[in-house]
Amino acid sequence: MPVNTDYQGREYPPSGPFAVDAATIMEFAAAVGSTDPMHHDAEAARAAGYADIIAPPTLAVRYAQQCDAQYIGDPDAGIDFSRVVHGEQTFVHHRPITAGDELIGTLHVDTIRMAGGHAMVTTRTELSDLTGEAVCTSVSTIVVRGGE
Amino acid sequence: MAQQVRPVAGVAVGDVIGPVTVPVGRETLVRYAAASLDGNPIHQDEGFARSVGLPDVIAHGMWTMGAVGTVVADWAGDAGRVVEFGTRFTKPVIVPAGGNEVVVEGVVSSVDTGSGRVGIDLTVTSGGEKVLGRCAAVVRLA
Repeated sequence: MPVNTDYQGREYPPSGPFAVDAATIMEFAAAVGSTDPMHHDAEAARAAGYADIIAPPTLAVRYAQQCDAQYIGDPDAGIDFSRVVHGEQTFVHHRPITAGDELIGTLHVDTIRMAGGHAMVTTRTELSDLTGEAVCTSVSTIVVRGGE
Repeated sequence: MAQQVRPVAGVAVGDVIGPVTVPVGRETLVRYAAASLDGNPIHQDEGFARSVGLPDVIAHGMWTMGAVGTVVADWAGDAGRVVEFGTRFTKPVIVPAGGNEVVVEGVVSSVDTGSGRVGIDLTVTSGGEKVLGRCAAVVRLA
């Protein structure tokens, strides 16, 4: 089944809350080779003006991809995950993701573009905290390779 | 000890960051898979990767981006100072059983002394070939 272009412009109901704990931040930071004390030393993070330890700049993908799942996993969307390649990723941080956050993610399917038999699908997840304050905008483009 | 954020006053367009060489092994990818919740076996299982036509295990594109983020954050002096970060994934990083390396180099592309915002263009290679395209970050310095 081809990628369903009717999904372009769709906005999903909010997902979450996703509780951000210190252990997740520390494990993710270690996995991307970071020794920045902002990720493991709460005292240093507070001295720098944060409420607690903060996430590396790409941790947001962990939450954004959980929001994406409701679209990608929808059979009517026509996305064969075995043919998906991650093409592009952008983050805009309104403030750092911080331990203790409970994040709400709102998923938007911004564009679905067909090119050379492949589909380029750009989704955007707006992550905010429980007070509604914007935390991070994550924009992802996946390429769904066409059948041969 | 207080963390030192790099002062924007000492930064100019054309300043070079790195190159920084980042090692990547299979164990790195297992750890990243757990932390990111991306358990796709092409990033961990050599037999599976070959069965879908890949030459070997490949790194998560997001691991590579994350490793670049670490280089940028270290240069800025505080990971919370990375306010924008984007890339295209153009070529996979192959991770054989013996591991591999990624080389990250940045060049300052813009400096706004008023806001402290500094643009950085990044070149990321593995085995001499570019693995990311249009990789760029904006950091907010002191």
